Amino acid sequence: MDTPPVYLDHNATTPLDPRVRSAMLPWLGERHGNPSSVHRFGQAAREAVEAAREEVAALLGARAAEVVLTGSGTEANNAVVLGAGRRSGLSGRIVISAFEHPSVRAAAGLVEAAGMEVVRVRPGADGVVDAGAMSGALTPDTRLACLMLANNEVGTLQPVAAVAAACRERGVPLLCDAVQAVGKVPVTVGELGCDFLTLGGHKFHGPLGAAALWLRPGAELEPLLVGGSQERRRRASTENVPAVVGLGAACDLARRELADRRRHLAVLRDRFEAGVREAVPGAVLHAADAPRLPNTSHLAFPGVEGEALLIRLDLAGFSVSTGSACASGTVEPSPGLSAMGMPPEEALASIRVSFGMTNTSDEVDRFLAALAREVAELRRLMPAPAEVVA
Amino acid sequence: MTAAAPARVRDLPADKTASAAGLTAVAMSGGLDSSVAAWLLAEQGEGPVVGLSMLLWDAIKEEGGPPAGTAGDGRCCGALDLGDAKRVAQQAGIPHYTLRMDAEFRDRVVDPFVDDYLAGRTPSPCVRCNTWVKFDLLLDRARRFGARRLATGHYARIVDGPAGPELHAAAHAGKDQSYFLFELGREQLATSVFPLGELSKDEVRAVARRAGLAVAGKGESMDLCFVAGGVEEFVEREAARRAVRAQASVSRGERAAVPGDGSRDGLAQLGAGAALVDRAGRELGRGAPYYRYTVGQRRGLGVSSTGGTAAGGGRLYVLAIDADANRVTVGSAEELARPAFTGRGLHWINPELDLAAADAATAGVEATVKIRSRHPGVAARVRPLAGGRCEVEFSDPQHGVAPGQAAVFYRGSRVLGGCWIA
Repeated sequence: MDTPPVYLDHNATTPLDPRVRSAMLPWLGERHGNPSSVHRFGQAAREAVEAAREEVAALLGARAAEVVLTGSGTEANNAVVLGAGRRSGLSGRIVISAFEHPSVRAAAGLVEAAGMEVVRVRPGADGVVDAGAMSGALTPDTRLACLMLANNEVGTLQPVAAVAAACRERGVPLLCDAVQAVGKVPVTVGELGCDFLTLGGHKFHGPLGAAALWLRPGAELEPLLVGGSQERRRRASTENVPAVVGLGAACDLARRELADRRRHLAVLRDRFEAGVREAVPGAVLHAADAPRLPNTSHLAFPGVEGEALLIRLDLAGFSVSTGSACASGTVEPSPGLSAMGMPPEEALASIRVSFGMTNTSDEVDRFLAALAREVAELRRLMPAPAEVVA
Repeated sequence: MTAAAPARVRDLPADKTASAAGLTAVAMSGGLDSSVAAWLLAEQGEGPVVGLSMLLWDAIKEEGGPPAGTAGDGRCCGALDLGDAKRVAQQAGIPHYTLRMDAEFRDRVVDPFVDDYLAGRTPSPCVRCNTWVKFDLLLDRARRFGARRLATGHYARIVDGPAGPELHAAAHAGKDQSYFLFELGREQLATSVFPLGELSKDEVRAVARRAGLAVAGKGESMDLCFVAGGVEEFVEREAARRAVRAQASVSRGERAAVPGDGSRDGLAQLGAGAALVDRAGRELGRGAPYYRYTVGQRRGLGVSSTGGTAAGGGRLYVLAIDADANRVTVGSAEELARPAFTGRGLHWINPELDLAAADAATAGVEATVKIRSRHPGVAARVRPLAGGRCEVEFSDPQHGVAPGQAAVFYRGSRVLGGCWIA
C-alpha cells in the first residue's frame, strides 16, 4: 500500500496521544512502585495515582474521592449492575434502555436469570430513548436504572438529565454509561444528575486498561473485586499505575482541549456526511436529525452487504466498522440496531464511521472516493434484492 | 433473520479496483495445515492474499456456553482457534477476516449429519462441509470483496488436463485428503489452490517451525469439530430439540415438517435399546439404540457371539440398521461382505474423459473405489443409472459398505468422481 491506512473506527478505540504516552513512559521505565507500599517507592506511585484521580474528577466536575479507578468500562458497568442485584437480594426491578452497551445488558441478563425483573426500554427509530417511557417504567421496587449518554453505534445522545430527574424523584439510582461521550462532548456529573457514571480512557486517546467509575456521595457499591483495601475497598487490585497515569493525562488534555476537539471532529463528520450524499446515491444516514456525538456517522447502503463493504474498504486502506466490535471479530446484525427497529437487511447493509483527532480533511476526501468506488463495485457484483426475488 | 436467500455474486469480469487484482483467499481454521498453506501463499508473493476464517459453530448459542475454561479449545470452529488463525495471518503479513457462517453450517452440515444418524446411516460431514460450505459459500462470500481463488490446507493436487482441471490425490499417500473433495466440480477446481498437495506432514510441520508459526506444535484437529462430547449425546440432544419444535408446530396446527425423527413416534424410541437380530430375523438380544451402531462395527455390539446362534459362533458385525424398526442386523464377517452397492448423487469431475466411451453407460467405468476415507481402494466397475444413481460392483466383496458414506472413484492418482452409498 502506498499510503498508510486510514483509521476511521475511533468508537472502538483511539490511538494513544503522544503527550499521554510521554506521561506514562517514566512508569514503564525507571519509576515503579506499589501504591499501597509504605516506603518511598510506594509513596511516589500513590502520588501519581492520586494525581490522575484528580484529573478524572476535574474532567467530570466531581471530587477525587468520588472516583473509583477500574480496569475497563465493562468492569465498572458490571460492578454497578451486579452490585444492585446483590444489594437488593436479587428482588425488584432494573430498568435499562434496550440498546445499552453489552456490559450493561449482559449483567442485567445475569440478575434477571437470578430472579430480578429487567425492563428494557426501546429507543425510537431516531436512536433516542424517550425520557417519559424510561421514567414510566420506574416502580417503587426499582433498584437501578441504566441509560447511556451516547450510543456506541449510531452515536445518538440520550436524555440522561431528564431521566435522572425522574429517578431522583422516585429514589432510584441511575447509572450513566458515558464511555462513548467523555472526551467528545462536555460531561459533568452536576448537569447530568446521575448517581453512577463510567468512562474509559482508551476512547479519548488514553491507554487501554484504565477506566473510572464515578459515584455520587452516598451512592452504594458492592465491590466486584475483593481482597484488598485499594480504592477505599470498592475495588481490590494493585493499581495499574502506568495506565492510570495515562488516564489522568488523557482526562487533563480532554478537559483543556474539548472545545477544539468537538469542532475538529464535527468539521470532519460534516464534510463526510455532505460528501457521501453526493458521492454515493441511495446512502441512508441514520439518526441524522437526532442530537449526536460530533464524530460518529452510521449509514446504510441498501442492497450492499456491510461485511463485504467493510472488507473491501479495509483492503483499500480505510478501516471502519459495521457496528460495535465483538470479541470474535465477526459481523452480525447488532441487537442495538434491532432495538431501534431497524430491519436486519438494513442493519447488515450498514457501516459505522467514527472520526478521531488525527484524521484530516484530506483523509475524509480520499475515504469518500474509496467508499463511492467500493459501493458501486459491490452493487455491480450483487444483484439488487428485487432481482433475487424475481 | 433475512428471509431471502443470500444473493450470489455474478461472474467477475476484469476488475479495475486495486484491492481486487488477483486476490487469493485462503481458508484458515487456525490448525497447522491451513496455517502453513496461508504462509506458503504469502511467501510465494504471486499476488495479494487474504486469510478467512469461518465461524461455523457458535458453542455459546447452540449449547448455552462451553464449560468454563474450555471455550472451544482444540475445536476447529472455536474462538481460540480463530485467534490462532489471526496470529498466523499477522505473522504471514496478510489481512484476516472472520466470516460468520454458523446458520449455513447448521443447514448444510449439522442438520444433515443428525438426519443421517437418525436414519441409521453413517454421516460424512467433512465432505458436505467442503462441498457446500468451503468451496461454495466461502468462495462466494470472498468474491464479494474481490477474491478470485480459494486456497485451503487440503492434501490434494489440481492438475491441468485435456478436459480442464483434474483433482488428484496428494503426492504423499499417507495424508491424502482428495477423498473429502470428490464432489467438487471443474469450475471450483479452476478457482482452487492446494499449496500442500506436494508436501508430507513432516514437511508441513518443518515449514511451520522454520517460519516460527504459532501453531507449529499443534496436533491434528478433530474430525467432528462441532461435537464437544460424545456424538450420540449430541445427536440425542438435537433430536430432542427437534421433537420439541415438532410438537410446538403440531400444537399450532401446522404440519410437522421437521426432518429426521422428530415428527415420528421415533422420539419415544430415543434411548430405547435396539433389537439385535440375525439375518433370519431371530432376536439375539437388546443393545444400545440403533443410531449408536455403524455398519461394519464389531466392538461393543451388546451381544456376544458365544450366546450363540445362527451367526455361527464367530465374531459378530453390524450388517444393517433399520431406523424405523429400531432393529440392528448382525452377522459374521462373511455375511458382512458385499459384492456391490447402489450409489446416489453420482458425480463426475471430468465427464468427457471418463464417460466418453460409447459403452460407458452399459459396461460401466472401471475405477479403484474407496468406500471410506481410510479404505485402501478396490477395483470396481461403476455403472451409471438414471436419476444420479449408479451400481458399483467390486472385483472382490468388501466389508463395511456403510450407507451414508462417500464412495470415491480413482484411476491412478486422479479422482474421477464419486457417489454416496445408498
